[in-house]
Amino acid sequence: MKPRMAASLALGLAAFCSGCAVSYQSSVDPAGTQAEQIAVLWWFFLALLGAIFVLVMAFAVWPLFHRHRGVNPEALEERHEPSRETERKLGRVVGWASGITVLILLALIVISVITGRATAGSEPPRDHLAIEVTGSQWWWSVRYVNDDASRILTTANEIHVPVGRTVLIRGLSHDVIHSFWIPNLQGKRDLIPSRVTTEWFQASRPGRYRGQCAEFCGLQHAKMALWVIAEPSDRYDAWMENQLKPAAAPSTPDTQAGQQVFLSHACVFCHTIRGTSAAGQAGPDLTHLASRLTIAAGTLANTKGNLAGWITDPQSIKPGNHMATVPLRSEDLQPLVDYLESLQ
Amino acid sequence: MFFRSRNLLLAGSGAAFVSLLAGCQREKQELRPRPAQVAVYGDAARESEIQPGGPQTQAAVNNPFYSNALAISEGQRLFSWYNCSGCHANGGGAIGPPLIKKDWIYGGEPANLFDTIVKGRPNGMPAWGGRIPEYQVWQLVAYIRSLNGEQPKSATPERQDHIETNPETLHFEEGANR
Repeated sequence: MKPRMAASLALGLAAFCSGCAVSYQSSVDPAGTQAEQIAVLWWFFLALLGAIFVLVMAFAVWPLFHRHRGVNPEALEERHEPSRETERKLGRVVGWASGITVLILLALIVISVITGRATAGSEPPRDHLAIEVTGSQWWWSVRYVNDDASRILTTANEIHVPVGRTVLIRGLSHDVIHSFWIPNLQGKRDLIPSRVTTEWFQASRPGRYRGQCAEFCGLQHAKMALWVIAEPSDRYDAWMENQLKPAAAPSTPDTQAGQQVFLSHACVFCHTIRGTSAAGQAGPDLTHLASRLTIAAGTLANTKGNLAGWITDPQSIKPGNHMATVPLRSEDLQPLVDYLESLQ
Repeated sequence: MFFRSRNLLLAGSGAAFVSLLAGCQREKQELRPRPAQVAVYGDAARESEIQPGGPQTQAAVNNPFYSNALAISEGQRLFSWYNCSGCHANGGGAIGPPLIKKDWIYGGEPANLFDTIVKGRPNGMPAWGGRIPEYQVWQLVAYIRSLNGEQPKSATPERQDHIETNPETLHFEEGANR
């Protein structure tokens, strides 16, 4: 009995910890100060409420194996009700238990509110990197704000940040309420149409952190993800310099043909590729598509095969999404994919 | 007697409720366009009454998205995405003619509207054929028809759900990044 119980406990613990090891998207593997506070709160809740659970279970199980001293079973059988003495005892116990429960719950509310204030309510430091994140069904537009208009950068579904620098997220929404949530870095912040909501975070170590829309926003809510890539500031600067460049002109006949396919089809009504005449605003900016980790807002790895599938039949990959099923001749597909994947 | 009538009442209302539920059929949403709807451009609408070789009956062309609420709302989205509103405003007309009207120059039937979008018209209407898929043309037609009350009320929203973007709240006082 006992070894088996210990074994199952160990197994459960191992399963639990293996869950922690996946750190791409986890509140208990913090990579920022606010996420740390949230993680501490989480562990505190788990420990306290776990202890209370064990205590309550012990109280519930104890009487199964131990006869109560204060009750005479024969008297009970006769009168079918506890004595006045027992009644009073019970009343006292229930009263104390209720009082303690209420106090604990109140204390937990206070602690939650304090943590909430500390993580969400505080002013960001003056020197921050401001990024506008606009939620749309079902992807994220990312705009790096800058006083120098030539250094304003628009990209999508991927945010690069320098480690240690404060990042201020200005959240907007294009259609319905979305919620911006990078569990490793910060709590949730709703993106509300015609409002600006802000939150800030600071990545304390380099890494890739997955974020997810945390407010149900329609058919493809579950496939509305984004990645935050925290990197040392020199690598961040190099990334930024590359992103600010217009798209590279296609160098091979194949990719040149692909660019013509792109520019002569419906793609241009929704997508921008800086350096070409494509300037649509409805869909993600594709100027440096090939430099991103994923396509379709974190749905697929950014590979030629996935991209070809996505272009050919987006509605079977993400049913209901707003990418049009664009008629393409089969011989046009490969050059188009080659061109898009050359946009480093 | 009283109990029996109450049971009867219960059974009756239960049956009525079940039959009401059966009426709550959700519109079937075809999210993935059929291949035929992607690129085949019909050439259906006639702009002349007469033709050579004697009278011929022509098969009526129906919008595959007639009374389809999803398609109408998709058409509304495309209307702004493809910047139809740039010339037609929200149907009231601006540089381009209004779309809420009875007297259409090139016909207001679904097939005519389809042709107008696909082929374009003189004096500024661009030809969208070959650029956007056919199913989206039909969605736009469905939306434009709904502006004129030519769609069932059950499929048309009572008001357009445009989102007001208040420039005051979108203004940032500081945006300095280096």
